[in-house]
Amino acid sequence: MSTAISIDGISKCYQIGLKAEKYLTLRDTIMSAIKSPFRRLAGLRGDGPQEGMFWALKDISFDVGRGEVMGIIGRNGAGKSTLLKILSRITEPTEGRAKLKGRVASLLEVGTGFHPELTGRENVYLNGAIMGMRKAEIDRKFDEIVAFAETEKFLDTPVKRYSSGMYVRLAFAVAAHLEPEILIVDEVLAVGDQEFQKKCLGRMQQVAQGDGRTVLFVSHNMGAVRNLCDRAVYLRNGEVDQIGETDSVVDAYLNSTISAEESDLLKRPRFPGFLHTLAKFTVIPPAGKARVVAGGQATFEFELDVKEPVHNACLGFMFNSDKGYRVLGLNSRLELRGVTLEPGRRTVRCKVDSLPLKPGRYVMDIEIRSNARPYDYVEHASVVDIEFDDFYGTGEMLWNYEGSVLHRATWEF
Amino acid sequence: MQAAPSPPATEAVPAEAPEFEIRPRSGWVAIDFKELMHYRELLYFLTWRDVKVRYKQTVLGFAWAIIQPVMTVIIQTVIFGTVAGFASRLPQELKDRHIPYSLFNYAGVLAWTLFATGVGSGGTSLMNQQNLLTKIYFPRLFVPTSVIAAAMVDTLISLAMFFVLMACYRVVPPWTIVLIPALLLMTALAAMGMAYVMASLTVTYRDFRFLLPFMVSTWMAISPVGYPLDPHRQWIRWLLRLNPMYGIINAFRSALLKQHWDFPGLAIAIAEVGAILVFGLYYFKKTERRFADIA
Repeated sequence: MSTAISIDGISKCYQIGLKAEKYLTLRDTIMSAIKSPFRRLAGLRGDGPQEGMFWALKDISFDVGRGEVMGIIGRNGAGKSTLLKILSRITEPTEGRAKLKGRVASLLEVGTGFHPELTGRENVYLNGAIMGMRKAEIDRKFDEIVAFAETEKFLDTPVKRYSSGMYVRLAFAVAAHLEPEILIVDEVLAVGDQEFQKKCLGRMQQVAQGDGRTVLFVSHNMGAVRNLCDRAVYLRNGEVDQIGETDSVVDAYLNSTISAEESDLLKRPRFPGFLHTLAKFTVIPPAGKARVVAGGQATFEFELDVKEPVHNACLGFMFNSDKGYRVLGLNSRLELRGVTLEPGRRTVRCKVDSLPLKPGRYVMDIEIRSNARPYDYVEHASVVDIEFDDFYGTGEMLWNYEGSVLHRATWEF
Repeated sequence: MQAAPSPPATEAVPAEAPEFEIRPRSGWVAIDFKELMHYRELLYFLTWRDVKVRYKQTVLGFAWAIIQPVMTVIIQTVIFGTVAGFASRLPQELKDRHIPYSLFNYAGVLAWTLFATGVGSGGTSLMNQQNLLTKIYFPRLFVPTSVIAAAMVDTLISLAMFFVLMACYRVVPPWTIVLIPALLLMTALAAMGMAYVMASLTVTYRDFRFLLPFMVSTWMAISPVGYPLDPHRQWIRWLLRLNPMYGIINAFRSALLKQHWDFPGLAIAIAEVGAILVFGLYYFKKTERRFADIA
């Protein structure tokens, strides 16, 4: 198999100021120009210039063969998107080089360049041109694109009046009809309804297998990665942790020892009138495991900083799906009715034997009530990632439109 | 016409896939003309988008492209021409031929609006389209360029209105109007050069977003837009000629209204536009690789 992408020692360094604050002001530059003689001096002495530098990628090297589908996985901030941006030529590496053979199309966002005021038809042309298609090419594929997106009726409506689903469908349809030799896809499949997601995955599979194109695919959806990818790379803190067969890399990623997720809640904003009592939230995976999995055991730990006695209290937390639906709520009231909280630091634990939620990212809201009235409430207190696990024993998992709550059943036909 | 004969059927040679290398670059980065050619349709689409979007959801729609310059000229004719009395200070040669102040003013507004819109909107174009910079690769040069191309579309409409106004005043255009396309191009190139520099600066230092309007309005004050800037002292005139828009606006008036040609001024302007454009391209290409990281 010939090589389509060969990456050789790519590193990317951001100046913290650049990345965190997004932009410089003139003042910063003038100040740093004034200071720079001293910094240069410090640099010569060997104790200067490293501060304020952040290496998003460190010496990444691997090859991707022609026609191969390569998954890139890793936690947020591991450098996945930076790598894709470098390979898409959006940004340059600080060190190293990469060779790409063939026309490259990258899809880091659905609908890049879509203009809300323009109609669906106009946006297909604009977006197509931005992605590197010729007008003649778009003309030729126009009907196919529209059919794929299922938006025929709204072609002459400005896309600002589209539902978000329609918008995404149209945008993906344009991208799906690019004919690059190398396709670079960031997590764009996370949007859209499940049926359309399946259609997109199918299309990508067709692109890879049928047409023999090379695909680089970043995703948090381990199911999709396992399904689509021949091989996978696990990036961790900007470095290649594992590379190889998809299944073993995904397993390594899921089992990687990461500290339980925790969040400091005392400083989070509240509505006025709430006493800042919720101090910390931690998700503890079951013993011996690194992550919380669908249908698996999980313990939720809350640290409270109780400032005055709270009578008839209860503690509850709610899971919101990435679409914003509240899918599950747990509350001490249900099991214990009201309890009294004495002043002081205390830890509350809630253990769930089988967390019946499908894989995905959930946003947590946490509340304390006293005498049925809100006492403390932190919205979007934390995020919990639930990983795929073979809950049903068949490798199958609920599709989005089927619901979010897992439940086993016995079937007779 | 007969269709071109198809090439003889030979062994299908696999088209050699384009190969390119990604690596850190530094210093002067050459302009990739081949790539610009490949993406040329994108320039057209970006321009078309800017023109199209501007008048969407307005009742009068494209009519605004006509109303705007006409209103500007009417207001300036009243304020500058009548109230401030510039009409009486028109160059004698124009007065002798009964050229009204409104035409004199319009010729200046025409050139100035193209330049000012180009620099103003072109200078903020990268900042306003950050999402494009951070999500997809294409020649970034097209972002400010398309804004100026869109401003050119408005200018052409405005120019058509100028000729309508000329006809109303029964002023016969001189043969020199054939030079107008060249002058428009020169104005656009000046705007591009400035826009490339300002867009690169604005995307890095947001301070320039606030400085830009001051810069443009100060520039207007030293350009003969609404009034004849024709000092008697030679050294002041030479000073004014350092401003390329001085030479350009006067050249527009010469070509449209037969005002005497200020050839030294025009020559200086041509040299300066060339220099601005080259520096603009140089600075843009030099900073381009950082755009995605700081946008």
